Amino acid sequence: MKSAVVQLPGLNRDRDMIAALTKISGKAPVTIWQTETEIPDVDLIVIPGGFSYGDYLRCGAIAARMPVMQAIKAKAEKGVKVLGVCNGFQILLEAGMLPGALMRNASLRFVCKEIKLEVANAETEFTRAYAKGQIIRCPVAHHDGNYFADAETLKSIEGNGQVVFRYADGTNPNGSINDIAGVMNARGNVLGMMPHPENLIESAHGGNDGRGIFASALDVIAA
Amino acid sequence: MSVSNTRPITPDLIAAHGLKPDEYERILSLIGREPTFTELGIFSAMWNEHCSYKSSKKWLRTLPTKGPRVIQGPGENAGVVDIDDGDCVVFKMESHNHPSYIEPYQGAATGVGGILRDVFTMGARPVAAMNALRFGAPDHPKTRHLVSGVVAGVGGYGNSFGVPTVGGEVEFDARYNGNILVNAFAAGLAKSDAIFYSKAEGVGLPVVYLGAKTGRDGVGGATMASAEFDESIEEKRPTVQVGDPFTEKCLLEACLELMATGAVIAIQDMGAAGLTCSAVEMGAKGDLGIELNLDLVPVREERMTAYEMMLSESQERMLMVLRPEKEEEAKAIFVKWGLDFAIVGKTTDDLRFRILHQGEKVANLPIKELGDEAPEYDRPWTPAAPKAPLAAGDIPQADVADALLKLVGSANNSSRRWVYEQYDTLIQGNSLQLPGGDAGVVRVEGHAHKALAFSSDVTPRYVEADPYEGGKQAVAECWRNLTATGALPLAATDNLNFGNPERPEIMSQFVHAIKGIGEACRELEFPIVSGNVSLYNETNGQAILPTPTIGGVGLIKDWSKMARIRFAEQGQAILLAGAPGEWGTHLGQSVYLRDIHGRTDGSAPPVDLAHEKRVGEFVRGLIAEGIATAVHDCSSGGLALAVAEMAMASGIGAHLNQPEGIDPIPVFYGEDQGRYVVTVKESSLDRVFARAEAAGVFCPWIGRTGGSWVTLGKARPVSIEQLRSAHESWFPDYMNGGESFPAAAE
Repeated sequence: MKSAVVQLPGLNRDRDMIAALTKISGKAPVTIWQTETEIPDVDLIVIPGGFSYGDYLRCGAIAARMPVMQAIKAKAEKGVKVLGVCNGFQILLEAGMLPGALMRNASLRFVCKEIKLEVANAETEFTRAYAKGQIIRCPVAHHDGNYFADAETLKSIEGNGQVVFRYADGTNPNGSINDIAGVMNARGNVLGMMPHPENLIESAHGGNDGRGIFASALDVIAA
Repeated sequence: MSVSNTRPITPDLIAAHGLKPDEYERILSLIGREPTFTELGIFSAMWNEHCSYKSSKKWLRTLPTKGPRVIQGPGENAGVVDIDDGDCVVFKMESHNHPSYIEPYQGAATGVGGILRDVFTMGARPVAAMNALRFGAPDHPKTRHLVSGVVAGVGGYGNSFGVPTVGGEVEFDARYNGNILVNAFAAGLAKSDAIFYSKAEGVGLPVVYLGAKTGRDGVGGATMASAEFDESIEEKRPTVQVGDPFTEKCLLEACLELMATGAVIAIQDMGAAGLTCSAVEMGAKGDLGIELNLDLVPVREERMTAYEMMLSESQERMLMVLRPEKEEEAKAIFVKWGLDFAIVGKTTDDLRFRILHQGEKVANLPIKELGDEAPEYDRPWTPAAPKAPLAAGDIPQADVADALLKLVGSANNSSRRWVYEQYDTLIQGNSLQLPGGDAGVVRVEGHAHKALAFSSDVTPRYVEADPYEGGKQAVAECWRNLTATGALPLAATDNLNFGNPERPEIMSQFVHAIKGIGEACRELEFPIVSGNVSLYNETNGQAILPTPTIGGVGLIKDWSKMARIRFAEQGQAILLAGAPGEWGTHLGQSVYLRDIHGRTDGSAPPVDLAHEKRVGEFVRGLIAEGIATAVHDCSSGGLALAVAEMAMASGIGAHLNQPEGIDPIPVFYGEDQGRYVVTVKESSLDRVFARAEAAGVFCPWIGRTGGSWVTLGKARPVSIEQLRSAHESWFPDYMNGGESFPAAAE
């Protein structure tokens, strides 16, 4: 399967993401620059973390309005998988591709630490490698990861199984409602998550719990 | 006609520029006429303490700066050290003390930005950052505000730029009440054959301005940083610059992309004294003149004068000399990244620094003399006066277990988690050891096993008690922390923070500390390759503790064998490598005396450098051969704190014995130097003892890991849970203004 990583000025976990995709799939992803309007033919588009355009407006707000996002939206509508991590999640929300919003952390501080994630839905294209209810380790690093949705939206995404990851064991680092750490769209091909699975994929990282997300999405789950 | 350039040069104006009357006389004799207002500003920028090192140069020259791995020592933007395979590490540490006290968030943020720029100016991609922060007493009304602002500023810039912060220090002492210290370290990786320097070459070549636009922020910042503070400090806020990490990240990518094209002849970032310092440096180093036309400088404010443009410290700016045939290619890269690119001048063959503005020549100065002829002082200093040792038998008593709990939960020895969790420690995916251990460790991308270790150290109370021994100790502790991971220490950067050098007792601290640093660096083969001096850290005549921070880099050949501080398993043997016969003896200047008994007397612990080296090599050998299962150096708090930290990091307890017939206080709380707590499997003990004997290192077996309690000799066992609770709660409680910390009234 082929993948692509979006590179926008200010994103800074693009190199981490490229390394993770390359190590897990054995193939380097193609990169997409902010001005591109033609997205190459790939199975997975990843928007990595960082501070696109400095996040000087609302996080992800400027990026969501760049031409490249229209192109990504069009691909998603055709069923191509899209994964947004951290700033990528914020961008997908700002682009209207996922429900809800991310607010400043409840602590009002940036937080970088390892947390626990519960795989709330293991029947997705991104989580097939895990079991439902499995608890995995994963790092977070963000200032604005406090997920919020109104009661109606919340009811709908909870009911549809769109909540894919939840902070577990009391490790919610940001005050997210219902401990939500990752959500997908109704169709199930667009996933946004605050934690950084790309930073926990090999022994140098002290574990590889994050690998399953990429292995699932790239269809390279070990038998 | 630039009106402001005709401003008359009065004695008051000269004094306001931080120039002494004799320094002004020197300017007159150098240029043979009265300087213009802009020229006075340029001299002030080049000749202040911060840029000219006029009080420190004489002593800095005595430091060892060469070694088989040193590619570039002091004098460039950063030091460069060979790490094999054609790779090199580029690093430096620099202070941003004065700005951070005035405006903590932006002061700290731009300190981080400045040091990152120093590193990537040389062609290196930053891979690690550290921050050594020192604040006033916790109960001082400004401290909480400064901690909060500085930490947020460090994180705000580094996190957005995208460099992992892997280490550092945070300390409190009333002596920093009026002058906090923010020492920022950055390291980057480059190829040894692709390092970029500031020396311009070739006449008539374009001088190119890159990056962010010039504003009025920071005008006169370097001069401000070269003066003491007094009550007028609030008026100095406009001299602090404002950071933009987004632009810096774009500038990094654009510079590295541009460097790869072969277009860059010389490059210099605009740091202190901005356009002035960078242009003079490029010209003077290359024996060339520089002519700048300020009408071409991208500005973000209207009607800026030549004076303001030359002294602006707006951030995220670079100056380069480019190959003319590559100009279009270079410009395209900067346009792609949304950055300014403007040809603002040219190199000349007349060795003049010529500034044009609105059709007028506003400055025309001899470029070499601006740097080379800066005043240099051999300031008087008083003889060393180290504090007297404690009297024999002066061992103030306390319950050993109570003291342990109190120390692990004290302001200076509690967990720094509240701080480092605000820093992105994981970005780039190469962080192997995070803050909380002896050193931060980062994998070298592209290599299966290679890694670099980073540590920043100094014990200011030792330096105050004995500047010479304290200087030695700062270097030795840094070297020891790197060694404790298994790294071979390669080289260091020094960030020398002192008070007013015009006071002989302060100059004495400086001189003796440098002597100690030099001695230790020579003995440990740990040369100084870059650094920074910050003087005048005084408020109303009260100087800071002398604080020569040492930032060191070590090379780990195979990170799969590196050591960590956490105990590996239950039932392993605990050894104390490098111990004296009684395990621990030296209580003078210890945190035990200070934090349990409120005493700051006694001599600083001496550092026996030959012993230090011998023990370090012994421990490094145990790590490289996979014999050591955990290693932690003994520093503040001695053996007791080292073992407690190993237990807390692992959740595995420890039971230590106690030498018979000796007072346990110095055994557990003495701060004797050159010691490491090492654990090994009991089956390895014979091998270890044989090696220790061969190496001439005393390495007693002092206890065993196991259980969930830490027991120090005959003292009451303390549970790890209790230790952790005390260790982890101090910082958040303090910052939340918890019960034990009544909200300080401003």
